[in-house]
Amino acid sequence: MSNFPIDTMSGVDPVSIPDFMSPEGMRALQLTKLKKLVKTCYERVPLTRRRMDEKGVKPEDIKTLEDIKLLPFMMKTDLRDEYPLGLTAAPMSEVVRFHCSSGTTGKPIVICNTKKDIEVWSDGVARSLAMDGIGKDDILQVSYGYGLFTGGLGLHYGGELRGCTVLPTSGGNTDRQLMLMRDLGVTVIACTPSYFIHLMDEAQKKGIDFRRDMKLKHGIFGAEPWTDEMRERIECETGIEAHDIYGLTEISGPGVASSCGCHEGLHVFEDHFYPEIIDPDTLEPLPDGEWGELVFSTLDRTGTPMLRYRTRDITRIIPGVCKCGRTIRRIDRISARSDDMLIIRGVNVFPSQIEAGLMSVDKALPHYHIYVDREGDLDNLEVKIEVTSETISDDIKSLELLRRNIAAAIQKIINISIKVTLVEPNSLPRSEGKLSRVTDYRKIKK
Amino acid sequence: MKIKQISLFLENKPGHLNTICRKLANSNINIVTLSLADTQQFGIVRLIVKDWERAKSVLEEAGHVVNVRDVIAAQVKDVPGGMADIIDAVGAVGVNIEYMYAFSFRKDQDAVLVFRFDDADKAIVELEKIGAKILTSQALFE
Repeated sequence: MSNFPIDTMSGVDPVSIPDFMSPEGMRALQLTKLKKLVKTCYERVPLTRRRMDEKGVKPEDIKTLEDIKLLPFMMKTDLRDEYPLGLTAAPMSEVVRFHCSSGTTGKPIVICNTKKDIEVWSDGVARSLAMDGIGKDDILQVSYGYGLFTGGLGLHYGGELRGCTVLPTSGGNTDRQLMLMRDLGVTVIACTPSYFIHLMDEAQKKGIDFRRDMKLKHGIFGAEPWTDEMRERIECETGIEAHDIYGLTEISGPGVASSCGCHEGLHVFEDHFYPEIIDPDTLEPLPDGEWGELVFSTLDRTGTPMLRYRTRDITRIIPGVCKCGRTIRRIDRISARSDDMLIIRGVNVFPSQIEAGLMSVDKALPHYHIYVDREGDLDNLEVKIEVTSETISDDIKSLELLRRNIAAAIQKIINISIKVTLVEPNSLPRSEGKLSRVTDYRKIKK
Repeated sequence: MKIKQISLFLENKPGHLNTICRKLANSNINIVTLSLADTQQFGIVRLIVKDWERAKSVLEEAGHVVNVRDVIAAQVKDVPGGMADIIDAVGAVGVNIEYMYAFSFRKDQDAVLVFRFDDADKAIVELEKIGAKILTSQALFE
């Protein structure tokens, strides 16, 4: 018996075969792996055992995939509370690498990776690259940071597995990045979308034209939320195809899900990472199509296995089958993290909504920063936007009009009044790693 | 007949204008005249300098966004009514003044009015009809 419709598999890259499994075969595989995961966590992770005992659930109660709802969740705070190694399920002799994710407060979280965990993670990255048509003839510049952050090493190992020629530039030193990209004929870059925008700006200053001077064809962008409008701008200005890659250190790293050429959501490598969408308030699972919080269980992880890990990312599972023919399910573009959510005068506001409003007025204004402050009892939201040579005018009227149009477009989306300020070029904070678009003075003052 | 004006976006904060003046001074570029238009938040500084291309590159290298526009400089007698005649002439044919500023000209003790019209070519025709002297950049900087 085969889980694969072999007659239709001709022309599919071998690494991508699991992407085309029959849904029944996939569910059967997931159930087998889930049972094993629950058993491992129950036996080896005291926190999970205690919580399952409190709920009166035993590993053998998991008989179908739906039974997953009987199991307790894991949260980032659990990883922090069990710092450093309380959630480790494998003996240290089998752990080959640590990764850490910085929390916004206090201690980092530590994730243990066994050799198998690295293989599973790299498989996700290699399948992401394959999905975008990237292979052994490509030169991959990895401009994600190398180190405790999973971006750099994740793309590095996955790129090598895929057979790409990897250029491990890591982040920073923009001049050298551009020089090597040009001189070595780099065809694929992996970095955060905001860092790529920074590279585009620097290239423009140096008179470098991506279409004329570079061989770049693809960008693998992730590690921070970005919008379709941003993707269109990148593609339009450089002629490359911009892909979305999703992942998080707690689950593995980049390559948990990836966009294909159809750009209608991101395929989850659900033979490794089992996705659920839950209502963040009631914690009940939601049917496909409904928006909620994304939850993952690591079906193959052995070092630090995660059972029903709440990602804080807001998305939905897109119903139906993708035009590319892959049967693995898709999540919608992650445009918001519940952690990034700002509560302004009692209204929930996501930075991505502000970006969408701004981009709807003018795509040539990529540098903005959101400031939140409180005067008396009133929250103030201010968006500062750098003017650029494409948008600047020499008369006040048109700049005021631009400013008012942006404010109106954003207010239409978030339904609260905001202040929009135009500022000089290069005056807003820049970052070469993960970009923070928000400064909340209310938190700083506390 | 038109001359080049460069303009910059500036945030409205104390001492900020001087960063531009200082950069131009360091490059030995003299400002013939300037005008400021401002709101509470930001302003636009418009400059007439002899070597506008060099001024533009100096300011761009310093990270400013610089705009170049054609403006018209008309030399008029520094007497009552000198400006009113010009405004009447262009107003009569429906040309709008987007902005203007003035300075006194060393030569002949005259005044120079710098205009940005919505229809520059039409304005030039009207100004010539009433005998206004439209300055070339050569005349302005000699």
